[in-house]
Amino acid sequence: MKIHEYQGKQLFQQFGVNVLENRVSRTPEEAAAAFTELGGAVAVVKAQIHAGGRGKGTFIEKPEQHGVQLVKSADEAREAAAAMLGNHLVTIQTGPDGKKVNQVIVEAGCDIARELYLGIVLDRANKQPVLMCSQEGGVEIEKVAHETPEKIFKERFDPAQGIESYQVRKLCKKLGIEGKSVRAADKFMKALCRLYVDTDCSLMEINPLVVTGDGGLVALDAKINFDSNAAFRHKEWEEMRDLSEEEESEVRASAAGLSYVKLEGNIGCLVNGAGLAMSTMDIIKTHGGQPANFLDVGGGANADQVTEAFRIILSDPNVKAVLVNIFGGIMKCTTIAEAIVVAAKSVGFTVPLVVRLEGTEVEEGRRILEESDVELVTATDLGDAAEKVVATLG
Amino acid sequence: MSILINKDTKVICQGITGNVGEFHTRGCLDYGTQMVGGVTPGKGGQTVAGLPVFDTVEEARLQTGANATMIFVPPPFAADAILEAIDAGIEVVIAVTEGVPVIDMVRVYDAARQSNSVLVGPNCPGVITADECKIGIMPGYIHQKGCVGIMSRSGTLTYEAVWQTSNLGLGQTTCVGLGGDPIVGTSFIDCLQMFQDDDETEAILMMGEIGGTAEEEAAAYVKEHITKPVAAFIAGRTAPPGKRMGHAGAIISGGKGTAAEKISALEAAGIEVASSPADMGAAMKRAIEKAN
Repeated sequence: MKIHEYQGKQLFQQFGVNVLENRVSRTPEEAAAAFTELGGAVAVVKAQIHAGGRGKGTFIEKPEQHGVQLVKSADEAREAAAAMLGNHLVTIQTGPDGKKVNQVIVEAGCDIARELYLGIVLDRANKQPVLMCSQEGGVEIEKVAHETPEKIFKERFDPAQGIESYQVRKLCKKLGIEGKSVRAADKFMKALCRLYVDTDCSLMEINPLVVTGDGGLVALDAKINFDSNAAFRHKEWEEMRDLSEEEESEVRASAAGLSYVKLEGNIGCLVNGAGLAMSTMDIIKTHGGQPANFLDVGGGANADQVTEAFRIILSDPNVKAVLVNIFGGIMKCTTIAEAIVVAAKSVGFTVPLVVRLEGTEVEEGRRILEESDVELVTATDLGDAAEKVVATLG
Repeated sequence: MSILINKDTKVICQGITGNVGEFHTRGCLDYGTQMVGGVTPGKGGQTVAGLPVFDTVEEARLQTGANATMIFVPPPFAADAILEAIDAGIEVVIAVTEGVPVIDMVRVYDAARQSNSVLVGPNCPGVITADECKIGIMPGYIHQKGCVGIMSRSGTLTYEAVWQTSNLGLGQTTCVGLGGDPIVGTSFIDCLQMFQDDDETEAILMMGEIGGTAEEEAAAYVKEHITKPVAAFIAGRTAPPGKRMGHAGAIISGGKGTAAEKISALEAAGIEVASSPADMGAAMKRAIEKAN
């Protein structure tokens, strides 16, 4: 789950990580007032969307406007906010439709001596979180990682202990952080590692991390993703979630406990298991078709959830055929069969349906389908299913 | 022979009093697994599926002599349940539970590595040795005793591979569902080692998927250490980039993790790569024929 920069910065403040003073504004007037309240000679207006690259990004409605702008008066703050709010910002991460900006922050200016990069992620190979730093702040870190990986410095840490002081000193040495900034870095990095663990992050990035003229460290940006598996112990996430940032059908799916990703094709897929769901997409393409979605109903889904899955798939106007591919383990084929019958009655299948069932309670599942009057094509195996569903499109 | 589990393995189920735990305990019993009991804190003394329920794993082990456990405990308590099984000295710990927070698994992985227990999962279908012992949620009837060792990061894709090898008459020795989470107890390499050392296993079939570098590491290991024929399939070659694998993983591994990179690493190690998920069994057969 993703959150906005301003929410990330609120968390930073709670954990004692330095950020600049800022105000969230939802109207141009609020932005002007925020500038005055901050009281500085300059401020920065930043669009709040769940995507990076905002500084270089531009608005569909106002191509000359970028997503981050330096302003020198309350009027300029008002104008910048007016140009951003309600409009769609396109960045390298948003896709061509961009994302609608519903709020901006107005943030105090700062005396930047150096810009660095800092990130914390899970090091899957070593099974520990790792803090990564680079002197190449403010630029795309993917590019640095790809072209000059030796410029990224890493220290792994034990979640229970956090990062040790000697590790911070090692990083400081490599980053060229000296003098009293080392002590600032110790406090800063330890607080971030604690935040990463305590709030169940799956990713945290500060790009840029700024060393100020007086030697302090400040997080100029905040990107935080949470590990959705840990939602049960973070009731506060519900309030932080911004549903307007998510694909409507994906929100519906996640509310029903389904894993759904909308794609561009026209063959809807309903599969159990992520690996099989991906493989089903693969084999549809191998046979010349295009999948309309990734949908994993999971192992424990009941008839209601499966029915909702059909509704979500069929609500996509691009869908011209549906392929159901179930290899039952936890999932019983009877559950799927019953859901198909219910969905046929309540949703109605207006497009061809190809069904391949195998696994737990398969005989009973097939019998339920045979005895129903639902019109469908049955397939004997995965290859057969893909061939038949592509064939229905003519 | 086989790996991890066989007809002599005595199994308990942690979370046996839940619907899912009970359902699959019965499924394992039907397959012929020696289920000997279950554990649910606070429900000791009850009986489920004819098996005694204990409050702690330690007690269950002492009373039943169990040496393997199948865990269905819900995510908030799953890490604790795995740690309890390790502490009790259970040799094979199989965690089926899906949705365990990653940070919990950092601690659990460490504890498992420092113990004599082997942890499989979490978020996995389990382990089955054909005709001998099923621990997990896989449909038993698709398995057939044979010569192929199977390992996979995906549950239902494993069933697909099993079904294909059964239909081709190859059959299986042991099938291991490694689990789909970023941190799982047993890796492809751990399994490769075990299959290489197992006399009955004549060939190895692995199913990987996009993200991380486990398949690349496995490919390098196969090249160095495995003399048996190996076939593989990678799921997700048509998955849109960025949707499932966040760029964080890509940074740490220097841009690895795509299906194309994994496939070329596997092919470079002499592994027969299946062209589609319908080709997994056939790819295994080709690899065996090439080796002979």
